[in-house]
Amino acid sequence: MKQFLVFVKKEFYHVFRDRKTLLMLFGLPIVQIMLFGFALTNEVKNSKIVVVDYAKDVSSQKIIHKIESSNNFEVEKALLGYNEIEAAFKEGKIKLALVFPSNFNKDLMHLNKSQVQIIADASDPNTGNTLTNYVTSIIMDYQKELMTNANVPYAISPEIRMMYNPELKGAPNFVPGVMALVLMLICVMMTSVSIVKEKEKGTMEILLVSPFKPFLVIISKAVPYLMISWVNVCIILLLAVFALGMPIKGSIFLLFAESTLLIITALSLGLLISTQTESQQTAMLVSLMGMMLPTMLFAGFMFPIENMPVPLQVVSNAVPAKWYYIIVKSIMVKGLGFSAIWKETLILMGMTMFFLLISFKKFKIRLA
Amino acid sequence: MKTPVIKANKLTKRFGDFFAVNEISFEVYPGEIFGFLGANGAGKTTAMRMLCGLSIPTGGEAQVAGYNVFTDTEKIKKNIGYMSQKFSLYEDLTVLENINFFGGIYGLTDKQIKEKSEKLIAQLGMGSEAKKLVGSLPLGWKQKLAFSVSILHDPKIVFLDEPTGGVDPITRRQFWDLIYDAADNGISVFVTTHYMDEAEYCNRISMMVDGKIMALDSPANLKKQFSVASMDEVFFELARGAKRKAD
Repeated sequence: MKQFLVFVKKEFYHVFRDRKTLLMLFGLPIVQIMLFGFALTNEVKNSKIVVVDYAKDVSSQKIIHKIESSNNFEVEKALLGYNEIEAAFKEGKIKLALVFPSNFNKDLMHLNKSQVQIIADASDPNTGNTLTNYVTSIIMDYQKELMTNANVPYAISPEIRMMYNPELKGAPNFVPGVMALVLMLICVMMTSVSIVKEKEKGTMEILLVSPFKPFLVIISKAVPYLMISWVNVCIILLLAVFALGMPIKGSIFLLFAESTLLIITALSLGLLISTQTESQQTAMLVSLMGMMLPTMLFAGFMFPIENMPVPLQVVSNAVPAKWYYIIVKSIMVKGLGFSAIWKETLILMGMTMFFLLISFKKFKIRLA
Repeated sequence: MKTPVIKANKLTKRFGDFFAVNEISFEVYPGEIFGFLGANGAGKTTAMRMLCGLSIPTGGEAQVAGYNVFTDTEKIKKNIGYMSQKFSLYEDLTVLENINFFGGIYGLTDKQIKEKSEKLIAQLGMGSEAKKLVGSLPLGWKQKLAFSVSILHDPKIVFLDEPTGGVDPITRRQFWDLIYDAADNGISVFVTTHYMDEAEYCNRISMMVDGKIMALDSPANLKKQFSVASMDEVFFELARGAKRKAD
């Protein structure tokens, strides 16, 4: 045990002495969250929307005027039936439709509540969501104005309908994606590089000749990255909650447990890469190309997997990040418990066992 | 006659129909400096790996520090030291941290490590460098340090795989002083080298050609046997007959 601790201590020295890598380890999640959270949000300008105003009353006119003057939209007024709206969407003419029912103002004044329908094209979920948010906030703005003028609580409830992609899979839920990406990157790359480094520098031979068990070498190497990854999960979650206002609906404990599982999957993948490569550069390249790209493409947080051709959908099943992404989304966004994600968990476990089995086999062959 | 520390009898390693090491037999005694010579690809490294417990032989038998290389590799590992041709300490750790680490993985107690590191640093005259990163030290110092670390746990035998590659002659001489010290303290030294002047420092030398030991004797006797003036010529005489190409 003492031998093990001595080794882990040494690994921490390696990590903390290498300032640049350290900066990357902790800077990466922050930069990613900020990038995806702020820089890459679609600031939607001059989107075409259609306003279907059956009410034609004071309130609807005021709201329409507000929308027109907000310069985010190019408003077209038309009295369209539902089928025509759908046709306009299909042709890609409009991104959003706003429908005022005929008794909009009347309901608002007499019943103090009224409804308005917002239909958005969510085939590009980012845009759909942003537009809906804009329109909703404009309506809410109007509602506030009404409330300050009169002391009656008015309530306009926008009824939002996302067309083609009702669950808005993708964009607003990028946090789970970033978690998957960061954990995969750090764990796979750092473990493979740090093991290959020992090979390259000749210290691996010394370790193998020593009475220290080879499999302990690997475990001690994994420990610092496991801990760093936990810290990173915390950073990402804190940023998500406090900087982006994204709540965590499910159990945080379960989230950490599942994250640990992905970390172990990634560590074993890193180990596998390290048994196959001889230089740090190769290990880094393989990890980057082999991890980052598939994770970005196939995890499902940048490009909806449902929209991919079937062969690619099949390929995506081999990407551990995909399953983790589903798990995290279920916990964070939908607030589901373990019973909803046991299948995905099992798949990740299976992958981990598989990677570990191959790498230990390869490791032994190298020793013989 | 003392009991040998290494006893190899027809030790063989075979990969398919290629005999990397072909029935080598020799003995190494306590406190002896045993030179293990041969051209590149002659099978030196494979032989050494088998003796270190890194590779299981396919034939013959051998004992290292009294333990069988087939079955007791873990016990062998505790009783040997090893230093390779590549520099083998951690460059981003300080001198003391390296000593603590290697002492630690060989299972020395904190007290033992402290005593030994003080003695070692005094012996090498590195008092002011103890807290410096190993990467900042000159190569000669690193290698002397690596050797001292490799015998930190008082092994019965230390394996040195081309320990002095890339070092100037003066530092090499100093390095050999350390080897003599170790041998005087009863540690057997098993050393491979390509420097024939170093071969002269050994008590006995074995010459490997194509996986076999073609000659084994003291440097003086070898020169007499081949009627030549230097070890260089002995080496050429033997290596000329090699059929295998260097890798």
